[in-house]
Amino acid sequence: MTTSRRNFLRLSAGSAAMAAGLAACGTSGPKSTGESTGGGATGTGATYWYLTGQPQQGLREAQVKRFNAANPDSALKTNTFQNDAFKQKIKTAIGAGEGPTLIWGWGGGGLKSYVDAGQVEDLTSWFGENAALKESIFPSAFGAATVGGKIYAMPVETTTPIVLFYNRSAFEKIGAEPPQSWGDIMDLVPKFNDKGIAPFSLGGQSRWTSMMWLEFLFDRIGGTEVFQNIFDGKANGWSDPSAIKALEEMQKLIKAGGFIKGFSSITADSNADQALLYTGKAAMMVHGAWTYGGMKADGGKFVTDGKLGYMNFPPVDGGKGDPSTTVGNPGQYLSISAKASDAEKQVAKKFLATSTLDDASVDAWVKAGSIPVVKSSGEKLASVTDKFDAEWLKFVYDTSSKAKTFGQSWDQALSPTAAATLLDNIAKLFQLSISPQQFADSMNGVIGK
Amino acid sequence: MALPALAIFVVFGVVPLVGVLLLSFTQWDGLGAINAAGLSNWRTVLSDPGLPHSLFVTFEIMILSWAVQTPISLLLGVFLAGRQRYRAVLAVLYFVPLLLSSAAIAITYKALLDPNFGLGAGLHLDFLAQDWLGRDHLALGVVIFVVSWQFIPFHSLIYQGGVRQIPTTLYEAASIDGAGRIRQFFSITVPQLKYTIITSSTLMVVGSLTFFDLIFVLTAGGPGDATRVLALDMYKRGFQANLMGPASVIAVLLVLIGLALALLLRRLGGSTTASQQEGA
Repeated sequence: MTTSRRNFLRLSAGSAAMAAGLAACGTSGPKSTGESTGGGATGTGATYWYLTGQPQQGLREAQVKRFNAANPDSALKTNTFQNDAFKQKIKTAIGAGEGPTLIWGWGGGGLKSYVDAGQVEDLTSWFGENAALKESIFPSAFGAATVGGKIYAMPVETTTPIVLFYNRSAFEKIGAEPPQSWGDIMDLVPKFNDKGIAPFSLGGQSRWTSMMWLEFLFDRIGGTEVFQNIFDGKANGWSDPSAIKALEEMQKLIKAGGFIKGFSSITADSNADQALLYTGKAAMMVHGAWTYGGMKADGGKFVTDGKLGYMNFPPVDGGKGDPSTTVGNPGQYLSISAKASDAEKQVAKKFLATSTLDDASVDAWVKAGSIPVVKSSGEKLASVTDKFDAEWLKFVYDTSSKAKTFGQSWDQALSPTAAATLLDNIAKLFQLSISPQQFADSMNGVIGK
Repeated sequence: MALPALAIFVVFGVVPLVGVLLLSFTQWDGLGAINAAGLSNWRTVLSDPGLPHSLFVTFEIMILSWAVQTPISLLLGVFLAGRQRYRAVLAVLYFVPLLLSSAAIAITYKALLDPNFGLGAGLHLDFLAQDWLGRDHLALGVVIFVVSWQFIPFHSLIYQGGVRQIPTTLYEAASIDGAGRIRQFFSITVPQLKYTIITSSTLMVVGSLTFFDLIFVLTAGGPGDATRVLALDMYKRGFQANLMGPASVIAVLLVLIGLALALLLRRLGGSTTASQQEGA
């Protein structure tokens, strides 16, 4: 059960997580709105499927409502899905030629599989005609929308980097400062353990949670080219010396007791990993920016008392990586189905141009506590009245816009085949049941698949 | 009369089965064109070191959950076959787990077993606050426990029905001969339930091949691959890794194993349709 960064949609906590779990097993079907056909692009009119879960769902609904009010002749028909249900349904629907006109996704490897199957429209020339639109979006967001030098999706919605969160009270208890380097992290581990506080929270059963650690360690130790080589299909990319070093450092931290006891049975879906941080059972947590909302909503006064601290992942001593680099979701992505009729494609393009990153949307995203993928979001920050939200949003904006590179989460960047193997192996690496070399060997076997 | 049934069986049974068999000889990512792949999927899957492990886990869960469920279901069934009113109330209570969806059960147990926020931590019972789903053997044990908890009611019901079919004259005669309750149980009840046991076991064994939803939500096959049963393996290959060909190979293997087991159990039971009262 897996997920977004895909899982950020689950920030709305318990009930949503439970529903997502149920949906994963197909017990919850799609919910149609209005006169929706529930079918797909084969009917008349353009269709758009998107995910449930607040506050994103409300924003998407508002976008469609605005668009339909302005274009009553070519109204978009919508269907909504739970996160996991969507992931299954969209793939099957597209494979069967029944997909929606507008295909919502995470870019990267998933998008590439649509491109390889000839299912999505090349938007390169359209972006050429709409240069102002293209200019307004963070350049870093286009990486995951580009396959073979051509743009197949428009970056929309929000940028969500992975962040090192910490609990200020826990640091006060041991009289220490937040870590400035990997060495500091290793030094902090015994200090926290002595006080009965877990150094790091981790929802290890979800596996992509553990993956975020490797994304940073690979980058900080070997620079962005280590994963870039793997992504480009270079043979034996996973056994690059920097990669092996990163995997060894990872296991060193696990062996030193860096993570909460029982992390292999904790899932991120239930937000138990966030709860460990705000209840003070764990001192730090590496997690996506999407968890801020959840911690503010569920953590009592944790955020509003100023106990939540956050920073970019610190450098590793002697590492080659640029410490400004971040990883995570550079954006979400909307593609247009190649199988849609010309009229439907026109409607979809109009929606992309006028309604996805318009002023009202940007405003709403910022109010909902996220940074949309447009440069203009920086100007909107002044309008945020809540002191803690303002500080947080500025941090996310700076992290995203100043990052030398904004790497896409690996399981999104890689092909689904490679990503599945990656997640399986990460779980074993974190359980210490395979060595870094064994990890690299298994992963080398799926390079380019 | 048989024609509609046959048509339904062909459309929903035979056609998909043939489809999966054909898919197992192709290369398909679920999105693009389907290309012939000859025997390569079969070779990949059969030489995959993960396959023996998945097979082993599947059989391990099958056998252990059978061994846990059968005696408990049998005893409960015998107990519930009595006619007193309070037993009817108990029977309703015992039946409740069967009414819940597997996904709901899995989510509930996952929350209860959480090492930091679950039952153990909440009640300060240290022995309950284990890393239940994070250690190989514990996770397997939890899966078997939850499966049993979910299905024992159903099998108890089958046994209850079976016990009520046994003529009371048998017990009366045994009492006259001086047989005690335990002797009656082993000499009358169990032999008379032979076919019920076989039916119930067939359902358990073949059903356990399809355990998916519960394990998927509870452990997702983890930790590592400790609870990765064949059905889950199939799903992960097909829908997570986009490898429909190899996933179809596993589906075909599952069908074959299921058929073989069902036939084996049928043979164990003998193929005669002789009355259970034979020799009474």
